[in-house]
Amino acid sequence: MNNDKSKAGQCGDCNTCGKCEPGHEGETLYTMLIYSENYAGILNQITAVFTRRQVNIESLNVCASSTPGVHKYTITCYCDEPMAKMLTKQIEKKIDVLQANYFTDDEIFILEACLIKVSTPLILENKNVSRIVRMHGARIVEVNPTYSIIEKKGMTEDILSLFHTLNEIGVVLQFVRSGRIAVTKSRIEKLDRYLEERELSRNS
Amino acid sequence: MKERITGSEALMRSLVNEGVEILFGYPGGAIMPTYDALYDHKTDLHHILVRHEQGAVHAAQGYARVSGKVGCAIVTSGPGAMNTVTGIADAMIDSTPMVVICGQVGAAMLGTDAFQEVDVIGVTQPITKWAFQIRNAEDVAWAVSRAFYIAKSGRPGPVVLDFAKNAQTGMVDYEPAKVDFIRSYRPVLSPSEETIRKAAEMINNSVKPLVLVGQGVELGDAREELRTFIEKADMPAGCTLLGLSALPSDHPLNMGMLGMHGNLAPNVMTNQCDLLIAVGMRFDDRVTGNLATYAKQAKIIHFDIDPSEIDKNVKTDLAVVGDCKDTLARVTALLDKQSHEAWKAGFAPYRDREEKKVIEPALHPMEGPLLMGEVVRAVSEATENKAVLVTDVGQNQMFGCRYFKFNEGRSVVTSGGCGTMGFGLPAAIGATFGAPERKVCLFVGDGGLQMTIQELGTIMEQRAPVKIILLNNNYLGNVRQWQYMFFDKRYSFTPMLNPDYEQIASAYNIPACTVTERKDLAGAIDEMLRTEGPYLLQCAVMEEDNVLPMTPPGANVDEMLLEVK
Repeated sequence: MNNDKSKAGQCGDCNTCGKCEPGHEGETLYTMLIYSENYAGILNQITAVFTRRQVNIESLNVCASSTPGVHKYTITCYCDEPMAKMLTKQIEKKIDVLQANYFTDDEIFILEACLIKVSTPLILENKNVSRIVRMHGARIVEVNPTYSIIEKKGMTEDILSLFHTLNEIGVVLQFVRSGRIAVTKSRIEKLDRYLEERELSRNS
Repeated sequence: MKERITGSEALMRSLVNEGVEILFGYPGGAIMPTYDALYDHKTDLHHILVRHEQGAVHAAQGYARVSGKVGCAIVTSGPGAMNTVTGIADAMIDSTPMVVICGQVGAAMLGTDAFQEVDVIGVTQPITKWAFQIRNAEDVAWAVSRAFYIAKSGRPGPVVLDFAKNAQTGMVDYEPAKVDFIRSYRPVLSPSEETIRKAAEMINNSVKPLVLVGQGVELGDAREELRTFIEKADMPAGCTLLGLSALPSDHPLNMGMLGMHGNLAPNVMTNQCDLLIAVGMRFDDRVTGNLATYAKQAKIIHFDIDPSEIDKNVKTDLAVVGDCKDTLARVTALLDKQSHEAWKAGFAPYRDREEKKVIEPALHPMEGPLLMGEVVRAVSEATENKAVLVTDVGQNQMFGCRYFKFNEGRSVVTSGGCGTMGFGLPAAIGATFGAPERKVCLFVGDGGLQMTIQELGTIMEQRAPVKIILLNNNYLGNVRQWQYMFFDKRYSFTPMLNPDYEQIASAYNIPACTVTERKDLAGAIDEMLRTEGPYLLQCAVMEEDNVLPMTPPGANVDEMLLEVK
């Protein structure tokens, strides 16, 4: 696992490695893990905080969490730490948001996935394709005479590396990358603690 | 026991349940079932018909600001709701507790571009503490209780309830609801003993402390706690615009107003103190000027109820997040009794300089036309500094806040963060209902008055005893001042041809008088204050007067101009 991404902007190689993006030099890619009640309209309120502070969201994933009735948002963005802190505080201020925290890549386990649709006639012509797929630990999950679909799970940079390699040989028809999903490495489940604490104060 | 009633009737009962006595509103199509229910509640809910929905929200704000209760406005869908948007944004940035109920088309028609349908939740979400659409009658009791709990708890703010027509007419087995707990919402945190001890230690070790008093002290009802706090450690204090009445004007430790048009001494000393203690204020740019040079020499303690205010604009050394009524008292208990005579004496030269250069000429001019400053001070003194000051926005606001004096809390109603012209007149109406036993004096310019002049109709109908002091200079004065100072005197659309305001007042059956001569001022003010009910006192003030001192935008806090070249 490449932990250097938390020091994005220092590698100087912005185009392929995924460590940094042009225009984000000196900024860090933060992952925000946000929990809210499952009410409509909260995603709007959360994204509006980023818009107001002029921070672009790099990726976003929303799904039900392990706690019934609680939704989890995984959002990544480039910014500096004071901004990450301010964003999470302003998000947590929303009435129905339970918790908002920010993490660097060394504090969380990360996963992304991608699907790459490629032209079957073109990959049959190019002997390298199957080698590239195996080298990247990707899988071919669909093959028909017109197109094939390659699936890959992993880190952003591994996925981008596979995509760029295939794209360079001109076989890609479609490419989609999922938002990042992440769980914390901490042994303490902050949300559970928070909810327990709140239940105690409700009853007191 | 449950009773089967309409959603509209459930709303009435829920409002009564929350202690609402006064509603400011304006009916319209999508809120008619609710107005129909209101017809049967004339005895327990006093509805004040405004003349424009913007008037309803500003009146609710004025009511809330002087009373400490939640202001309540009720309007129809679409344009009715949109006309409240400015007031909602104003209440958000100035932390005013308010609940706005607006009609909405029936749930079945939502999203179809129905007549007078606007996505009110979408529009108001970024400018409210909470915005909720009531889509069925069963939700009314819960939503209203939750709305009032959110509006008034923690850092107060506005809440919008978007009330779909089918929920108004639908039937519900009504049962009162009481929301006083939301698990995702912790309105007040309590700082650790360690934090309190550290704050006390920093203050005890400081030789040049300066306290910045914000509206949080008023909102937290912590005026006494603040006084004991600053008196025990003998700390000079400056007040923000909205915090002006949190400390009596003549308190020996009150060094005056902070900010762009505040007093020279507290602004200059901000960059000389060794410890800056901010209480319930948010380091607005109008207070700090250039952040890069703001109080860089000082350690900073920030007392605030809202964690997201900490380190937002100014990086603090210690944050005391909690209710200042509690935190100030806890810190005070650990403070040493101190005396900072030398440090306090350092304020005097600046105060004297401002007094001589700015205040004396503004209050006691020898000749020339009437000045805004002298009018404000004369009204303040004629009320024994006990009145509620309401201002509009602009020079009237700055002169009003600089020269009015305060003995009591909750005495300043002005649009601080939003700077909403047109706020004054309706806010003053609301203030007369929020503090019926007090005199309410509104200072307003000829520009701002005309932005919500229709509310004279509300004053006429309610006989709301607003003392309107119109500071008429035939200019949009504040913009003209900036044009004079920063745009090479190019008066782009700031001179204004005015109507005859006495005739307008007379049409609304409001007694009025115009003063042009200095010698007539005192008599006219007496006449205004003696007259029962509303009154319009028009003062023909110097046309090109400037508010001074001034920290130009972006300049350092200690670089105030005392004169305009």
